[in-house]
Amino acid sequence: MTAAPTAPAPTATALQLHDVRKVYTMGDGSDVVALDHATLTLASDEIIALVGPSGSGKTTLCSIAGGILSATEGTIIVGGEDISGHNAKELTKFRQDKVGFVFQSVNLVPFLNTRENLLVVDELGKRTGAPAKARADQLLEELGLADRAKNLPSQLSGGQRQRVAIGRALMNDPALVLFDEPTSALDTKLGEQVMELIRNEMKTRGTAAIVVTHDERITHYCDRSVHIIDGRLDA
Amino acid sequence: MKLALTELRRRPGRFSTAAVILTLIAILLMFLGGLLDGLIASSTGAIRAQDADAIVYSDTAQASFVRSRIEPQTRAAVEAVDGVTEVGGIGIVQLGARIPGKGPRDLSGVALFGYEIAPTGVPDAPPAGQAWADDVLEADGVEVGMIIEVGPARSPIEIVGFVSDTTFNGQASLWASPDTWREVLSANRPDAQLGAGVWQGLIVRGDGTDLPAAIDAVTDGTTESFTVDEAIDAIPGISEQTATFNQIIGVTIAIALVVIGLFFALLTVERTSLYGVLKALGAKSSTIFAGLVAQAVVVTAIASVIAGALVVLLDVLLPPGSIPLLITPGRIILSTVLLLVAAVLGCSFSLRRVLRVDPASAIGTTS
Repeated sequence: MTAAPTAPAPTATALQLHDVRKVYTMGDGSDVVALDHATLTLASDEIIALVGPSGSGKTTLCSIAGGILSATEGTIIVGGEDISGHNAKELTKFRQDKVGFVFQSVNLVPFLNTRENLLVVDELGKRTGAPAKARADQLLEELGLADRAKNLPSQLSGGQRQRVAIGRALMNDPALVLFDEPTSALDTKLGEQVMELIRNEMKTRGTAAIVVTHDERITHYCDRSVHIIDGRLDA
Repeated sequence: MKLALTELRRRPGRFSTAAVILTLIAILLMFLGGLLDGLIASSTGAIRAQDADAIVYSDTAQASFVRSRIEPQTRAAVEAVDGVTEVGGIGIVQLGARIPGKGPRDLSGVALFGYEIAPTGVPDAPPAGQAWADDVLEADGVEVGMIIEVGPARSPIEIVGFVSDTTFNGQASLWASPDTWREVLSANRPDAQLGAGVWQGLIVRGDGTDLPAAIDAVTDGTTESFTVDEAIDAIPGISEQTATFNQIIGVTIAIALVVIGLFFALLTVERTSLYGVLKALGAKSSTIFAGLVAQAVVVTAIASVIAGALVVLLDVLLPPGSIPLLITPGRIILSTVLLLVAAVLGCSFSLRRVLRVDPASAIGTTS
């Protein structure tokens, strides 16, 4: 993507990054630029594949878009909320409300069953109670996990765990879901099934998603691919 | 919090090591406390039973009846103090008692009191040659109507009934008339016998605001008077025993604090990745830390309940009088509260680590 001349105003788009930089200062005082003037816009139902080699800055971009990391400079707007100047407390609230994460190693809470792994989002955030339970049950039904609601993660297959993770990411009805290498631990067939599922679930709900990957074979499940090398985005 | 309690319920094995160690520490804490309470109770029962506003000793006695001498003129001066309504003499002699049915060298230590004002729970003095006995003597086989022989002179004392919680210096007490006490004292401790009208101490009742000070002022410093609580603390060895046990109890609590601190610090290190995920999902550090504290408090509470039950069982199983162990609900509750405070403080070691967990760790290293 190329840099726009001026910072965009908050819109209904899922994500707007404008001229975002992330610089880490090392122990010896030198600076490492992890993200360099990144500008990216994501429509509200768009799925993009963020492709790049290890160390290219894709996880940094994902973390900034998800409110996990603060940018050194630039503007970040997610679901209409400008989080560029948010402090840690505001970012925590933002993560509760606006984004969903599916982590590389799935990272379900091992002692919670499938349904509880979805409800943990509500438990840590708004604590709405009954509406959250209804949404969890609905998501489990839609993801084909209703009969696995009481199973612990250790009793699920790899694909089922991925589906639970997707359900958890969708619990707070996010504007944007970030998938961190969702197929890296899966074989080709299962990886394709998971990407199919991600595409279907996102498109059905009209939810935007960024799929971080270095596997070019799965990019065709996304609306477009954005490449990142040495912290620089290239559409 | 709910998440932490669910983990406790679903993975109890994870916390079993800490629970077992804490149970052992709680048992030690409650046992030590029970021993302290038992020792203090067995040393002070006769003083605690006194329904008095002042207990008067001679000025050089250092709160010891054996060393104290109150002359008749001193007693008269005390009786004349403003606010004093009742004065009664008290004396003691500590001897070995031979109990029928036991071997001739198998003596039971007794403290025979002669008294004019009956302590709480002790009836008025019985006729000469008789005494009320503390019920700890029942464990030695003493029964009502039995005649025991006290001291080298084998002075016969008939037991007319039992009273409770009146032991003194770890010995069972006998409560007799002043004449009986003087006879036994003369026969067995001729070097310590007292003249007519001379007492070892005075039990004083009255309505003055600071009766002990008023008494000492009137007797021109020939007496040293105490309230009952002061007299208990002044008994030789009591404050030393209390301080020693409290120091051991303090060290035990410090050990509990370190155990809890280390255990939950290790648990926090082990869960860094999970905490990273939870933070990425929107968990606040305070929520995670509260869960950690909740787990520590629940584990400690369970350990304390188990320890309390085991200590009570131990108290029931121990033969009466074998060791001075006094287990009370108050001691168990106090020990539990101290351990719970240690649990919360111990967890605070992990607070910095929880605060430092980076939600970015859930997404892996920057790439």
